[in-house]
Amino acid sequence: MTARLVFLGRLEDVAGTPDLDVEPGPLEALLARLDPALAVELLGERVRLALNGRLLNDPGGIVLTDGDELAFLPPVSGG
Amino acid sequence: MADVRLLPETFDPGAELAAFTAHHKNAGGIVSFLGQVRAEGDVEALELRHYGPMTLPGMQALAAEAGRRWALGGLLILHRHGEMRPGDPIVLVAAAARHRRDAFAAADFAMDHLKSESWFWKREKTAAGWRWIEPRPQDHADKARWGQAFQHM
Repeated sequence: MTARLVFLGRLEDVAGTPDLDVEPGPLEALLARLDPALAVELLGERVRLALNGRLLNDPGGIVLTDGDELAFLPPVSGG
Repeated sequence: MADVRLLPETFDPGAELAAFTAHHKNAGGIVSFLGQVRAEGDVEALELRHYGPMTLPGMQALAAEAGRRWALGGLLILHRHGEMRPGDPIVLVAAAARHRRDAFAAADFAMDHLKSESWFWKREKTAAGWRWIEPRPQDHADKARWGQAFQHM
């Protein structure tokens, strides 16, 4: 039973890894187990969340289940 | 109609454009834009990161929206990811249409959205190491020219 957190852009540097396998469960509980400095960045106002490749408009109350992938997407800077 | 590709290795913009042009002989006009890594200052390399489940699907949705807005014969969107050197091509957009204004507008629209609203993260390497690039306010202002009706992200 695992879910995966994916850290894009500069969040990968903050996390020190591109992704992290975690126990499934409520997002709040997952974040509480991370380094507080990383959790603060992940909850930043400009960071968007995508669950299994779909952007979330309201990330409140998310519960990850087995096999879910939750991506943290900072502001883009492409092209 | 649209040829949309996310490329891990460099590409030949001239050859790609020639192939696109040859494929759209009915088009009265083809407008293209090539973005490349600037050779300036002390930047040694540029890296674009993407996110597999979202970056290419977002580019395909962008191409589909351009096809709905303008009468196009074809649309080409090529975008690199990975590490690039000064002078390397980053992005090639080409729009083929019976009439030039549709081609100009579609290429312009595609570029503004690739810059401001596609899932890419950019960092630069100098002698001091790698540094993430923050988005420019101008990119969002450019996108706003097209209205708020389209949010493919």
